[in-house]
Amino acid sequence: MLDSLIQGLLLGGYYAMLAAGLSLMFGVAKFINLAHGDLAILGAYLVLFGVDWLGLSPWLAVLLSLPVMALVGWLLQKFLFTRTQAAGFLLPLLVTFGLGAVLQNGLFGVFGSDTRSLANYIGDLSWDSWQITNELSVGKLPVMTFAMAIVVLSGLQLMLSFTRLGRSIRATASDPEAAELNGINSHAVHRAVAVIAMVLTGLAGSLLAMRAQVTPYDGPMQLIFAFEAVVIGGIGSLWGTLVGGIVLGISQSLGATLISSQWFQLTGHLVFLAVLSVRFYGTIVHQRGGWWILIKQLAGPMTRWSSQASIKAKATKTRIKNR
Amino acid sequence: MKQFVQVNSAAFTTERWYQVGRPALLMGALLLVVLATVPFWSSGLVVDKLTTLFVYILLAVMWNLLAGYAGLVSVGQQAFFGLGAYFALRLVEMGMSPYPAFFVGALGCAVIALFISVFALRFKDGEFAIAMWVTAEVIRILVMFDPIVQGETGTSLLVMNQYEPEFRRNSNFWFGLVAMAGMLGLVLWLINSRIGAAAQAIRDDEEAANSVGIRVMRVKQIIFVVAAFGCALAGAIWLASSVTFQPRTYFGVQWTVFMLFMVLVGGLRTFEGPIIGAIAFFLLQEFLGDYGVWYLSGLGVVAILFALYVPNGIWGELQQRRGLHLLPTGVRLKLMKKD
Repeated sequence: MLDSLIQGLLLGGYYAMLAAGLSLMFGVAKFINLAHGDLAILGAYLVLFGVDWLGLSPWLAVLLSLPVMALVGWLLQKFLFTRTQAAGFLLPLLVTFGLGAVLQNGLFGVFGSDTRSLANYIGDLSWDSWQITNELSVGKLPVMTFAMAIVVLSGLQLMLSFTRLGRSIRATASDPEAAELNGINSHAVHRAVAVIAMVLTGLAGSLLAMRAQVTPYDGPMQLIFAFEAVVIGGIGSLWGTLVGGIVLGISQSLGATLISSQWFQLTGHLVFLAVLSVRFYGTIVHQRGGWWILIKQLAGPMTRWSSQASIKAKATKTRIKNR
Repeated sequence: MKQFVQVNSAAFTTERWYQVGRPALLMGALLLVVLATVPFWSSGLVVDKLTTLFVYILLAVMWNLLAGYAGLVSVGQQAFFGLGAYFALRLVEMGMSPYPAFFVGALGCAVIALFISVFALRFKDGEFAIAMWVTAEVIRILVMFDPIVQGETGTSLLVMNQYEPEFRRNSNFWFGLVAMAGMLGLVLWLINSRIGAAAQAIRDDEEAANSVGIRVMRVKQIIFVVAAFGCALAGAIWLASSVTFQPRTYFGVQWTVFMLFMVLVGGLRTFEGPIIGAIAFFLLQEFLGDYGVWYLSGLGVVAILFALYVPNGIWGELQQRRGLHLLPTGVRLKLMKKD
């Protein structure tokens, strides 16, 4: 039980890393990239390519893959995403979904269907663990992943809070037109965001390749996990993404150990759907003046007239406030 | 209270869609009749291929109804495709004969879709897209729990083997034809009805539609359930002709990739477009399908290029450039020449 809680927590670090790029692009450009997971897998395959075919050391390959991912982000934003963002919500979805299909099948065409992993190249790290008590041990790689997620998210937060670029990103996120009026080039900001997001995604992909087997068709599942982490944690918040990742990781891990291994994904999905439903129905209830008033209204005939009136007044007030 | 406005009605007449589209409707009906006789004079291969084409047309038309007319971009329609096949399998297992089971199974999917719609339709745009994807995954995992499906392995609709191959092929063909024709008719009626007009209003501006008294949720639900029903029928036909059922194949996201491709290439938001897109996809599949992943990758590239540069698709472009209207929607004004 405690073991699976810790496993879930550490897995959450990976999800946070994976989701950070998606969250950033969604927060700043209001742009859902349906190819996000496939881009993470692309990052994983870049590292595998460096190790398998060029014979680089895994860490050097990870380091070299990041500028490539940055370039991919820049190119995608400049030549593809910008065109779609101007034209409503339909086009970005269609185009990024198509891009996902291109990436999956392209990776399959180039690298074949074999599952691949970096686990063989990173030596002891892939299976080594720290023994905490007799029954409890934590793997070094998951701990490293988690630590890396914290460091990266902190760095991102510092950048957003204190640098010039960070200010422009926040300004563009809250009001692109007003930002433009103040001399910010929102296209440049979007490109910078895409570059940062792709570097994060590439890093997440290479971490995935270290801890698991990857195939070219793993992207959609990674997209779903990333999206679930973003939504559970609250859209547009970096630390929320971490919380969402941890909640997702823990629920998957608990589902797998408490029920059966088939429930690993299912519990994650169900927690995600539950969070969404609570959020939506919560909003509706809030618009009607909160749970307590709604219950009182439903039990209307039982309450006195005077309190009815005050309830109605309060409900209207809340409704006005929510507008 | 009604207000009557005096207009110079001598200057124009109105034409309804069925008046403008009468020749095309007649042609379509004639074509369906001719298609129905195909098994009597054609080879088995042709009958099989045409059944596949019917499934593609059904899927494309359903996705266009959802995304093009109601603005609901779902990347989880494989949920209903797979579920339609699974329900058919389950009902046959329980002793129902196959063809009624296909229909009843699809009805069952429509009921499930009604429940899903209650929460799924609360989401907007991209969130709806991914929520549907997650829903499809949840349904796939749940279906894989059923012992008759045997997890990843899948199962077969063995009862089909009791029929003669010839009879089976032709029955599948006619079932597919009737399902396709029925759904095409339903969609044509739907998009020309008040519901279709309301759906398009919601697609263009949900708040404005709501403010003029359209019951947004109800209209979306109708469209969503009809689309689910059509996809479930498609899944059942696919099961009938391929006999085997593997959860990963039936619930695979590639079905939505295909739907997206067919609709984008043919023409989003037109009735005829998806049919043309499905035929184009069918031909590509026939001639280039052997190239495997590179072909699939190419489909993605073509879909992106169409989305960016030919957003109206082949049929939309033809309509705009040539003023071609086979089956227009709505009412159009026809101005009279002055004497």
